[in-house]
Amino acid sequence: MANTQNEDAFVAFERVQKSYDGETLVVKDLNLTLPKGEFLTMLGPSGSGKTTCLMMLAGFETATHGEIKIDGVSINNIPPHKRGIGMVFQNYALFPHMTIAENLSFPLEVRKIGKSDREAKVKRALDMVEMGSFGGRRPAQLSGGQQQRVALARALVFEPELVLMDEPLGALDKQLREKMQFEITHLAHELGITTVYVTHDQTEALTMSDRVAVFDDGRIQQIAPPDELYESPQNSFVAQFIGENNTLSGTVKQISNGKCVVQLDNGEEIDAKPVNVSKVGERTTVSIRPERVEFDKTRLHADAHTLKAEVLEFIYMGDIFRTRLRVAGNDEFIIKSRNAPDQVRLQPGQQIEIGWLAEDCRALEA
Amino acid sequence: MSDIKTNGPVLAADGTPLKRSLARALRVEKTRALMLIAPLLIFVLISFIIPIVSMLFRSVDNRIVEDTMPYTVAALKTWDASSGALPDEPVYAALARDMKAAAEKKEHTRIGGRLNYEESGFSSLFRKTGRAAKKFDLDSGEPFKAKLIDIHKDWGKIETWKIMQTHSVDYTNGYFLNAVDMKRTPDGAQMQDDDKRVLLKLFGRTMWMSLVITGMCILLGYPVAWILANLPARQANLLMILVLLPFWTSLLVRTSAWKVMLQQQGVINDVLVWLGFIADDSRLIIINNATGTIIAMTHILLPFMILPMYSVMQTIQPSYLRAAKSLGATNWTAFWRVYFPQSIPGIGAGSILVFILAIGYYITPEIVGGNKGVFISNRIAYHISTSLNWGLAAALGSILLAAVLILYWAYDKIVGIDNVKLG
Repeated sequence: MANTQNEDAFVAFERVQKSYDGETLVVKDLNLTLPKGEFLTMLGPSGSGKTTCLMMLAGFETATHGEIKIDGVSINNIPPHKRGIGMVFQNYALFPHMTIAENLSFPLEVRKIGKSDREAKVKRALDMVEMGSFGGRRPAQLSGGQQQRVALARALVFEPELVLMDEPLGALDKQLREKMQFEITHLAHELGITTVYVTHDQTEALTMSDRVAVFDDGRIQQIAPPDELYESPQNSFVAQFIGENNTLSGTVKQISNGKCVVQLDNGEEIDAKPVNVSKVGERTTVSIRPERVEFDKTRLHADAHTLKAEVLEFIYMGDIFRTRLRVAGNDEFIIKSRNAPDQVRLQPGQQIEIGWLAEDCRALEA
Repeated sequence: MSDIKTNGPVLAADGTPLKRSLARALRVEKTRALMLIAPLLIFVLISFIIPIVSMLFRSVDNRIVEDTMPYTVAALKTWDASSGALPDEPVYAALARDMKAAAEKKEHTRIGGRLNYEESGFSSLFRKTGRAAKKFDLDSGEPFKAKLIDIHKDWGKIETWKIMQTHSVDYTNGYFLNAVDMKRTPDGAQMQDDDKRVLLKLFGRTMWMSLVITGMCILLGYPVAWILANLPARQANLLMILVLLPFWTSLLVRTSAWKVMLQQQGVINDVLVWLGFIADDSRLIIINNATGTIIAMTHILLPFMILPMYSVMQTIQPSYLRAAKSLGATNWTAFWRVYFPQSIPGIGAGSILVFILAIGYYITPEIVGGNKGVFISNRIAYHISTSLNWGLAAALGSILLAAVLILYWAYDKIVGIDNVKLG
């Protein structure tokens, strides 16, 4: 999916590198394109280079090497205020000495838009985020969620084609965050704006984005739509970072047309899908999602390999059951099962056998 | 517990009213806090506040006249100054009696000095009369009018008696009138003679130069505070030490250093001549005038401007500027519309601090100010230690204090004193 050169790309990073101290690269050889109207999320742990990328796009940092293009034009030498990119900041950065309406009016004033036009646009933008009656207040008089909406309206009021958001929901509580995720996505799609969104919250990334770029160590580890990212992680980092994941290590014993058998370190054998392994004898880490592990033998293929497991802990979480197992010497093997009327509740100490479909278990690099 | 609804006051668990219970609980804390500040409070009260109040009281206190010359003051009450005639014999008799008593207690020179502030000549008049008064025989019955006029011809002048009568009140506004270049006369308050009017000019100069100094401090201090607030912590601390360095040197030493720098044969002039910017025979006069005072005081008061500005600027997040730029503002617009308004409380705090310090400054104007660069405080010092007119000094001091308090009040109204941050 990593399409490097694309003629209709709206935003393009071409071989971009960034270093702050001249010794280490924070962003290493970044290539990324996004078409008009896409909602792209940059996801990664802190220090992975995602915010640096956003700041380079906004113009607050300069790329050490490479080019960033918007609509095919290099913007490396264009100062931030001429880029016409809307931006929502982590702490909202609403100007405390101006009212809400003045805050929204600011980008229009510096663009020398007439007064009546300005007022109409401010009103429309405030109505869009359902803050129409708050124009006369000051930012300090608003709640976090309201400030968030105003910040969004301010970034959109001058009708930019590209909007950047730097962890905009980080300061909100869970419920409000979920509501705002929904609203931001809708607004972005409705207005057809291209959005680059930075977050370290993987749920946020999965629920909001058209595509997610997972950053680590200054590189994009994988860029894909949310479902693909979750179900087919291309390497161990992505598998670990997105969602919960069980890992077992072993050696490839047998490999043929899209399937392989991995011998675990304790001698047991499992079925897996070769992703980053290609030949027999290679070391591998296999990764499997907790909800894809099956312990009801009747629901597995007759010839599927199974593993012996001992139940260590059963946790009732309401909508799901979470069971911790000891599997092939790994005490942290988790399985999740839906809380349905016919669901089995495993007891600690119980000995069971587990298995899975070969395509759910991905053999990645060691 | 006691949160059962009752009609009476809320009760604590033991049945006492909650308010009283709370007051008792807080009393211990309050007492302890008071005990901790008590030593300083007593020290300040005894050594500072009481002397200052008594000093300020001198600005209206005029009891010396009636205390020393009770009979004359009483006798003068019936004299009509506008009649154009000298007082009658009883007034002269009373004067003779007062003078004899004062001369025996050696107090006649003090009252002479007091009245001399109003009209020169009184000092010698009283000294001469006092010397003669010791030999007065009060019971002889001879007319004192002729005798006194014989001793000093001024006793035969209506002006002398007018001044005596005008200043025979216990509490006078005369010192305050003097402080604003006016005088107390039998016909009410009038302007001083032109050649005696200096104080209003000095007040004006003090205000004007303090304003200039405050303005200079803002201009020079703002960029420094900005750099301080935006540098990484390590470098900011180093720069901060440089800003604070002047605090660690004696004020006198710093001012004297300016004397070396600024004089006509001084460092700055020498360098300018050496560089060829000015000719040797047209060296700049930048000391012993207003320029010298402004230069030296700007340097000395600069830290008081930088520190409050710095502490305010530190709280302005850099993301505001970034936000402004991302919204399309140029660097200048972003600064002027977004950063500067948020830094105004710092400018306000620094300005009021510098201005209040400046209008009461004494040492620096005294050393580098010459005649043209002295402040009102130098005049106060002159009246305290040289002319010994403490009443006038107290009046000048009171006016200065009132000016500061009014400024403070106005600032509180306009900016709000809780917006002041001093670090």
